[in-house]
Amino acid sequence: MNPSVVPFWIEALVAVLLVVSGVFALVAAFGLLRMQGFFLRMHASALTNTIGAWCVTLASILYFSALEARLAIHAWVIIILLSITVPVTTVLLARAALFRERQAGADVPSPLGGNKPSSL
Amino acid sequence: MSAVLSAAILLALSCYAIATVLTAARLFMGPSAQDRVLALDSLYINGLLIILTLGIRYASNMYFEVALLITLFGFVSSTAMAKFLLRGEVIE
Repeated sequence: MNPSVVPFWIEALVAVLLVVSGVFALVAAFGLLRMQGFFLRMHASALTNTIGAWCVTLASILYFSALEARLAIHAWVIIILLSITVPVTTVLLARAALFRERQAGADVPSPLGGNKPSSL
Repeated sequence: MSAVLSAAILLALSCYAIATVLTAARLFMGPSAQDRVLALDSLYINGLLIILTLGIRYASNMYFEVALLITLFGFVSSTAMAKFLLRGEVIE
């Protein structure tokens, strides 16, 4: 396997995708550390789950397709898996956080369709 | 591998390393339990990105299976912990 057969423009494109992914991961981690409140932090960490993972997977597909001179699309499984699992995790975590903050008496929206009309 | 790609891989890995350290800081000082679960989920995704970038660096397909396993285990662990926070137990 000779890595020098990859043309330069593909390597440049892979480099751009990797740098974009790294910058977005850094921004997301900075937001996760700096933002106030749990729901704002969920907003920040979604950057890594979407743009970071997409860019690095596209770079992987592009590089291995050029390296092996075939359509190496197997890394797409990671994107499919992430786009299925990340919303499930996010919704479950948001519901858990809402439940716990309601239990703690924080200022969060009351449950929809609840049997307590006085909480409007 | 050209110098441009090597420099980009080094830059991306440095960004991921700093992001991992910042996320670990949130994991250790998170005021509530759901903050820690969110930080652990972000750590899993950061590890996934690092593994995929190393796969490009060493031009090996072995890293792909590791990344797939990290994705699956991250989903299972985050979902289990969110369920535990919601209901007090994982399997009822």
